Amino acid sequence: MASVLLAENQEPGFSFENCRRNAFLAKKGNALPKATKTGTTIVGIIFKDGVILGADTRATEDTIVSDKNCSKIHYLAKNMYCCGAGTAADTEVTTQMICSQLELHRLSTNRDIVPVVTACKFLKQMLFRYQGHIGAALVLGGVDNTGPHLYSIHPHGSSDKLPYTTMGSGSLAAMAVFEAGWKPELTEEEGKLLVRNAIAAGIFNDLGSGSNIDICVIRRGSVDYIRPYETANLKGEKQMSYSFKKGTTAVLDVKTVPIIIEDVVVHHTGEAAVESMDTSS
Amino acid sequence: MAMTEGANRYLPDYSSHPVQHHFSPYSDNGGSIVSIAGDDFVVIGSDTRLSSGFSIHTREQSKLFQVSNSTVLGSTGCWCDTLTLTRLVEARMKMYEHSHNKVMSTPAIAQMLSTMMYYKRFFPYYVSNVLAGLDTEGKGCVFSYDPIGHFSRSDYRAGGSAGALLQPLLDNQIGLKNQEGVTAAPIPLKRAVAILKDVFISAAERDIYTGDGIEIKIITKDGVRTESFGLRKD
Amino acid sequence: MTKRVNTTKMAQFGSDAFAAKSFWHNGPAPGASYNFPNMRSSSGEEEMQRSQTPITTGTSVLGLKFDNGVIICADTLGSYGSLARFRDCQRVMKVNNNIAVGVGGDYADFQYLKRVIDQKIMDEHIADDGFALKPKALYTWLTRVMYNRRNKFDPLWNNYVVGGMQEGVPFLGAVDLRGMAYQDRHIATGYGSYIALPLLRDAADKNPNMSLQQAKEIMEKCLEVLYYRDARSFPKYQMAIVTAEGVTVSDVLEVKSNWEVAHMISGF
Repeated sequence: MASVLLAENQEPGFSFENCRRNAFLAKKGNALPKATKTGTTIVGIIFKDGVILGADTRATEDTIVSDKNCSKIHYLAKNMYCCGAGTAADTEVTTQMICSQLELHRLSTNRDIVPVVTACKFLKQMLFRYQGHIGAALVLGGVDNTGPHLYSIHPHGSSDKLPYTTMGSGSLAAMAVFEAGWKPELTEEEGKLLVRNAIAAGIFNDLGSGSNIDICVIRRGSVDYIRPYETANLKGEKQMSYSFKKGTTAVLDVKTVPIIIEDVVVHHTGEAAVESMDTSS
Repeated sequence: MAMTEGANRYLPDYSSHPVQHHFSPYSDNGGSIVSIAGDDFVVIGSDTRLSSGFSIHTREQSKLFQVSNSTVLGSTGCWCDTLTLTRLVEARMKMYEHSHNKVMSTPAIAQMLSTMMYYKRFFPYYVSNVLAGLDTEGKGCVFSYDPIGHFSRSDYRAGGSAGALLQPLLDNQIGLKNQEGVTAAPIPLKRAVAILKDVFISAAERDIYTGDGIEIKIITKDGVRTESFGLRKD
Repeated sequence: MTKRVNTTKMAQFGSDAFAAKSFWHNGPAPGASYNFPNMRSSSGEEEMQRSQTPITTGTSVLGLKFDNGVIICADTLGSYGSLARFRDCQRVMKVNNNIAVGVGGDYADFQYLKRVIDQKIMDEHIADDGFALKPKALYTWLTRVMYNRRNKFDPLWNNYVVGGMQEGVPFLGAVDLRGMAYQDRHIATGYGSYIALPLLRDAADKNPNMSLQQAKEIMEKCLEVLYYRDARSFPKYQMAIVTAEGVTVSDVLEVKSNWEVAHMISGF
């Protein structure tokens, strides 16, 4: 009976069953609920020994900040990370799925690390299949046996391979910083400062970006994920305390339900059972 | 130019269809105002960020307009309408002074502002106004408006882009709404200014159009005093 | 139509100076409905298509205050949609001895308003009363012109950046096509507000009292970055400098650029 209401084995992939209904409802003026968009600044550069990724930490729903410290640099593999801009759920789930696929690929090809170009192909082929409906704009960076690589991938599935790139609503501000300051063979310190400045430009000049700066440095064989790299904005200090006195909330009704003890059962257990009790959760 | 219009501002170049330029006479330039009245004073504050879309035009734009020695008008929303409206108010103030040989009282300015707004009923000034001042008895008063001239007097009011965020907070902290065991007492000036700063700190946390700094005008029988206070700039 | 009804009514009672004015001035005649402005009339004879889209356009304008003056910059490209059509459209203008203006947006609308401004200056010259237009006066005047055109739903599709010396103090202000206006230490319009403004703000925060030379260097950097990333920009530009000594508008200068990075990009 249950299978009539809900398929016991769901089809893999997305469910499109309500698309036509929703389009019809939208035409009648019932808009779909809005997804959280991470109006964002995300960047990446190649430096002397690898790749540096950077991101701000603000997530917005229209003009309201919905998360003041969200994480936009996602793990893909031990030598690869990926910054996401666009629809929050899409960037999150897309990177998670590709992360799993990369690990399966690594195991089936029996390698220590997977090349960055493989992750790029996985991502763009998936995004292309969905024709831009998965709103993920990504900056993919990593180091493999052939050296450092940096890609930007657009929601429709196109990609660029660049020495420095930016994405999201703050991409123009951040790119201005790169165009003014990037040069080949940057040292790690210079690179981190440049990425910081690019993200700061996004944070302070683009209203869709804000809060803190996260940075991820990927070198051959090592990764530094620094979160936060810098707390670019401190919350203002309140002039007063706003705690309420006990009893401020009105008690409208009081009803006492006595617990009636009908029976008492005491189970005696051995000491061994007490010892093995798992309290970790 | 897809960058500036529509909901997909976060992605500058990803929609490649041709864009027809359509002229809208209005723009939302953001900004918030809060005003709190006491027995013999009134304070009004606004943030100093002027923005549109996802960009900040300037971080130092005052949105408070002193129209007399005991009245200040705060105006946010469509900035070009604010500029026009406040200039007209200033002109009307001068005309009144020259023909009546006295300065218009705050309640009179409140009524005049409503009339000026309603005059544009079918092409409104798209602004959120809060008028703060001392009334003819020297009591603090706050008048707030909708874009087409409806207005009402109250003791405290939040308006502008974070108005909906802040008004419930003021209702609780100044109106003492939904609280047991509190006795209503006239709010002292120091507390009013402190609450004003604190609510702007909160607004700057969550409203992207509120930030950079605030300008506070404190109106007493001795005149208008100005204070400023920094907010986060992201 | 409505107006004529009203005037005949006024003629009947107009002689009595003490008679009350009509209750709703300009309102509809009894039984008639109000003739809303900017609404499509049923007769169709009043319909008019106004120019509501820019044709030949200029891109960003940059403005920056330094310790004793103001710089305004703009490139010289007149874009025709995505076609780089006119390569010598100068849009930085000296108004008088203490005002310079830079303009972005529709070039025809700029040329129209330039004529009006030039005439203002000429009238002033003829008056020969020793007064000269000040930057703030021009800036405020521009807000009124732009706002009145917006009210007619027929805007002048421009951004104006006004720079000058006002009572010995540098002045910098911007006015857009709706009459929205603001003043600041640094101003950038169009794509410049996304690309150049972050650089200008950063430079001005680090060095609040910059010299002319420093301000020039920052402007050149901004124009260079704009040339890299704004597809409607151009490597030739003009720079106006206003100080207490007067206004100088430079010849057409060239942006220094370095495209070596392009050779480092391969693959996708």
